[in-house]
Amino acid sequence: MVYVRRLILDVLKPHHPDCLEFTSAIADKSPGARVELTVDEIDEKTESVVIVIEGENLDYDAIAEVISSMGGSVHSVDKVEVTSKAN
Amino acid sequence: MSKLHDMIMQLPLLLEISRSRSILRRYFVVNGFDGALTMLGIIMGFYISDSENLIVIINACFGAAIALGMSGLTSAYISESAEQKKQLNEIEQAMVKDLENTAHGQAARLFPFVTAAINGLSPIVISLVIISPIWAATLSVELPVGVLEMALLLAFGILFILGVFSGQISGTFWLWSGIRTLLIAIVTVGLIFLLTY
Repeated sequence: MVYVRRLILDVLKPHHPDCLEFTSAIADKSPGARVELTVDEIDEKTESVVIVIEGENLDYDAIAEVISSMGGSVHSVDKVEVTSKAN
Repeated sequence: MSKLHDMIMQLPLLLEISRSRSILRRYFVVNGFDGALTMLGIIMGFYISDSENLIVIINACFGAAIALGMSGLTSAYISESAEQKKQLNEIEQAMVKDLENTAHGQAARLFPFVTAAINGLSPIVISLVIISPIWAATLSVELPVGVLEMALLLAFGILFILGVFSGQISGTFWLWSGIRTLLIAIVTVGLIFLLTY
């Protein structure tokens, strides 16, 4: 069994919802996870952010879906950390 | 049912996305003020005419309230749906992405209705409160003062409260902003006295 423990995502998002709302919505969909957002670049209508998510068993599809539902786009998955558990 | 529940749960997020909170407040105060001042004018007209027919007064006030409500409903819907569509298009261009199925798309579809409802309902509700003593009088309810005087006092009171509310938004002293709207009402009454037969 493989568990996704850590993800670093490069995301483009509109200014609204703001970073606090954005990270809170991601955390809400990943119970027990720690979410960290760093603003990389701000343009007139959008901002590029780097989101670090750490948890016991992250569901990438659910995270990507919540990002998309708030108008964001995952540009790239920059780092992944997984662990496997021996049966 | 669950879709409606989801939408209600998402309302704070949609308000944040569409930045509609201040717009809704503004619409409520502006059209509520219109409603209260229009009722004040109509009732004042009847008051100085010494009109006794309460049904005629209620119908005149109610007709004006419905017209104000319809005007608020349709004008806010038309302007707000155009504004929200424009904002959505701008964000879509910047994101190079279709946002129809995101919270932005939902907000752009929902908020013209919400703003229209607030803009349309605020003058109707405020007008109904102001003309409630006249209604009460038709049902033979005892009032502490004359019927039209009571309605005029309510109109002054509501205009004062709207002033206090807008003062709280702007962070100015509540009493001063309340007195300011009260002065507007007094000037309106003065003009009606001066310019009518």
